[in-house]
Amino acid sequence: MNPVAEPALATPFFFYLLSGLMLIGGILVITRKNAVHSALALIVTLLAQSAIYLMLYAPFVAGVQIILYAGGIMVLFLFVIMLVNIDRALKERQFNRQWLVGMAAATALGGLFIAVYARGKAIFPERILTTAEGNNTQRVADMLYGPYMFAFEIASLLLLVAIIGAVVMAKKRI
Amino acid sequence: MTEFMRYISGYLTSDKTPGGAGNMFWACVYILLVFAGVSVGVICMNWLERKILAHMQVRLGPMRVGPHGLLQPFADALKLLLKEDIIPAEADLVIFWSAPFIVDLAAFTVFVVVPFGPTHAITDMNIGILFMLGVSSLSVLGIVMAGWASNSHYPLIGALRSSAQMVSYEVAMGLSVVSAILMTSMNDTGTGTLSMIGIVQQQLIQKEWFIFKFFPLGLIAFFIFAVAMVAETNRAPFDLAEAESELTAGFHTEYSGFRWSLFFLAEYGAMMAVSSIAVTLWLGGWLRPFPNLLAGTTWDQIFSYFPGVAFLLLGAICFYNVARMPKHPYFRIQTIGLAVFGVVLALVGLVLFIPAVSVRIQDIFWFSAKVAAFMYLYIWYRGTFPRYRFDQLMRMGWKVLLPLGLGVLILTAGVGLLQIRS
Repeated sequence: MNPVAEPALATPFFFYLLSGLMLIGGILVITRKNAVHSALALIVTLLAQSAIYLMLYAPFVAGVQIILYAGGIMVLFLFVIMLVNIDRALKERQFNRQWLVGMAAATALGGLFIAVYARGKAIFPERILTTAEGNNTQRVADMLYGPYMFAFEIASLLLLVAIIGAVVMAKKRI
Repeated sequence: MTEFMRYISGYLTSDKTPGGAGNMFWACVYILLVFAGVSVGVICMNWLERKILAHMQVRLGPMRVGPHGLLQPFADALKLLLKEDIIPAEADLVIFWSAPFIVDLAAFTVFVVVPFGPTHAITDMNIGILFMLGVSSLSVLGIVMAGWASNSHYPLIGALRSSAQMVSYEVAMGLSVVSAILMTSMNDTGTGTLSMIGIVQQQLIQKEWFIFKFFPLGLIAFFIFAVAMVAETNRAPFDLAEAESELTAGFHTEYSGFRWSLFFLAEYGAMMAVSSIAVTLWLGGWLRPFPNLLAGTTWDQIFSYFPGVAFLLLGAICFYNVARMPKHPYFRIQTIGLAVFGVVLALVGLVLFIPAVSVRIQDIFWFSAKVAAFMYLYIWYRGTFPRYRFDQLMRMGWKVLLPLGLGVLILTAGVGLLQIRS
């Protein structure tokens, strides 16, 4: 009966739990034969990722991740996959037999991450960031509409092009 | 032991939510209270919907189980629990099994941030409204999973319809929510907030419910949300996902017994959740009517009588019906039951008159009363509007609500900028 003061949120336990979930989800995505199971595993991965954003004191990014990816994009994924004839998909060959290339690419990517971490140790913060998460949303807005205004607008223009392209392709007569 | 007692009593003097104060014990108590409250609300809604719908159609509705069918929800629950639990042979077992739980999880988790009062929320997140929208959007996953895993035609079509509908209306819903959030930044500091408690407090500071702010912009945004939330919860007139004349029961056709009741619970839980978003954003959350116009201790005193009076009124309705009961011996037990129910309601009303109780309870009362008004609207819609066709539904979402939402958002931002400048 000895209540602790306020437990820290970003404990190693949660980090390992969440990243373990993400890894299991990721492996399931590429190994399941049934496409719907893969999509559901991907959703688990995305949810765990948003929880990791929370641990990094970025609640806004976490919330947007859930709304956009788990609630929006993945539903559209499922929407399409559900219409695929699963029985036929199960009989098809699942992988291109290119284990060697795949392994090489994975090793190269892993090596790159390790190299970045080893070389650039100086830029990583030494301990957990403890900035006030209360104004995280305001900070994001200040950044997007301040120094990075141009890049932000360019990105939204790209999205607009994609939307118009989708409409043009879907409609026979405009 | 004494330290533990101090840990428990220490929270009572704080002015934060249990989550904000980091008090695990009270957080658990609040979670249990909210869970129980929502479940009781679902039970009440079950009875009320059948009764109100029946009276709208000039029927009596359930009358046999208990006086005026008051025990009908319990009989229903018992029936559902005793029913055989059927799983289709060709169903995808894991997904079929987990789908109802995901829907329920999504429907109940959002209540973590619902502000029943300035301190009466389980916790206050700085992304509260984003959390609510995000988690409630996860329920569509459960519906899609249920429809697909049943491995049957009607559920699949129902799930497809429901996912298309929910994704479309989420856009309009999000736009109207954003315009309400823009209004929270119309204060001295010029910074808005996403926290549910913060939003209501802004309405108190700005002395205006957001539905009346920038008239008619707030009203239009509220209207968009009010339409979109009916579509989001798959209720009539947008209940194409379970249009019984076309699809039997839509995505939960193959579900029976306990699993079906989980879907039922989630549907009503989600209705309350979106209603509480609407109440928080536009109708002043826990604030009593006219907190500024009719300010002062006298008015505070008068409004603090409302919860008690409401329960006394319910008790009085019960006694009125006791008097109208047939005087035949067959009806004796039912008459006594109704009288006891009336006495209980009246006693609750009397307890609510005690100042110490009424001060603590009135935020919760006003919030629940506003949510209850929305729940009545849901039933009213179901009794009034014919079901939309699917293309009409899509046209409504994309060609009416979405442009309207965009326009309101731009105008709100413009008017807000002008007001800040001047």
